[in-house]
Amino acid sequence: MSLKGRDLISIRDLSREEIEEVLKVAHRMIPIAEGSKIDRRLDGTLLALAFLEPSTRTRLSFETAAQRLGARCITIADPTTSSVVKGETLSDTIRMLSNYADAIVLRHPNEGAARLAAQTSDKPVINAGDGAGQHPTQTLLDLATIQEAHGTLNGLRVVLLGDLRYGRTVHSLAHALALFGAEIVLISPPTLKLPDEVTEHLDQMGAKVREEDQLHRAVRDADVLYVTRIQKERFGDETEYAKVAGSYRIDNAVLAGAKQRLIVMHPLPRLGEIAPEVDGSPHAAYFRQAFLGVPVRMALLSMILGAKGS
Amino acid sequence: MAAPRELKITPIKNGTVIDHIGNGLSLEVLRIIGVNELDKDSTVSVALHVRSQKMGWKDIVKVENMELSPRKVNAIALIAPTATISIIRDYKVREKRTVDLPEHIVGVARCPNPNCITNRGEPVESEFEVARRRPVVLRCIYCERQMDDFLEHLI
Repeated sequence: MSLKGRDLISIRDLSREEIEEVLKVAHRMIPIAEGSKIDRRLDGTLLALAFLEPSTRTRLSFETAAQRLGARCITIADPTTSSVVKGETLSDTIRMLSNYADAIVLRHPNEGAARLAAQTSDKPVINAGDGAGQHPTQTLLDLATIQEAHGTLNGLRVVLLGDLRYGRTVHSLAHALALFGAEIVLISPPTLKLPDEVTEHLDQMGAKVREEDQLHRAVRDADVLYVTRIQKERFGDETEYAKVAGSYRIDNAVLAGAKQRLIVMHPLPRLGEIAPEVDGSPHAAYFRQAFLGVPVRMALLSMILGAKGS
Repeated sequence: MAAPRELKITPIKNGTVIDHIGNGLSLEVLRIIGVNELDKDSTVSVALHVRSQKMGWKDIVKVENMELSPRKVNAIALIAPTATISIIRDYKVREKRTVDLPEHIVGVARCPNPNCITNRGEPVESEFEVARRRPVVLRCIYCERQMDDFLEHLI
């Protein structure tokens, strides 16, 4: 099993064993990501970061990961300053970048863009989010966070809360959790339930999935509470949005009956789904989760670019 | 005495007969064949609502002087999975086969997701894989959106 030279477009591209290997390498990367250990295993390599849709967190996290390992980056951080604005096709942009760099990290507003880029490029392509589609490195850092907190992914009870219909992170995460035999508990407003095709896919995988309508009951025996944004634009009227958003807000009162080891996760940025008072609680794992994006991306870059020691 | 066999459509010398089309779907099959692209001297015959032992009722399409490309056969397989295709040469059936849905279907239908990269002016053909065979559900290999309403999205 090797990720060398491979694309990473969807979490479904990775087997359970490959995910485990990425998490193992990512764990070893933590001291380097923290700056307490120096490792230049990607010295001499050049990474293209094509962010054709703005995303500060993911871009900086990839840039940090690359530079911590000694790689250099060429970056399109703002599509309005690239030839994309002149109407250049993605295929042409990718063809050009694949002539310059050793690998391409792509963020794009259209679903399927990363798969197309991977077909066009003769260098590996890593999907850093394509529209409402896939965002596999987010899933990997979510798994790294759960693994770090609980020491395993197997047999955990994970509550997915909020917008389960449009939230791309939860679809990929649910797939990965099913691979590892976690129990998945779903809580969402009726209009934002997990799409049928995702539910069917989880059934085919033999996943343990159930719906819950009482937040406090779900929180009581959960090991992980994964909270997603509920976006205003999904609702026709503002009062309906305010009502739903309010009933899914996590604060210390909601967490009062939780297991001691429960962790609260969120892909960030949050809009008010988690009260700031939770930040100081031992349950809060979302800032650690954001940090773990760096070692996870270091592991991926290192493995895909075939660096020694990965 | 057996009832005389009534010939609803006359035989063709050369061309293609698409039989066992689901009742009422022959006009969609014609759309896929693209009757406008035919030789101007070709006859196209359509029989709607024909008695069938196997299917109860069926449609039949006969097209003179044309053999279907694999791409068109794939498109027919999508909307009329029960269809059979016979190639006629010199009034004789030279080849007869059922339509068969391949694992990958290229350039036949548009992805229903307007935000899919294949709908954004890139030099790429749509491509689907079969997610389920009965009933047929396709999945876009690019954006992973699933589709079961092919009629609306045929190219």
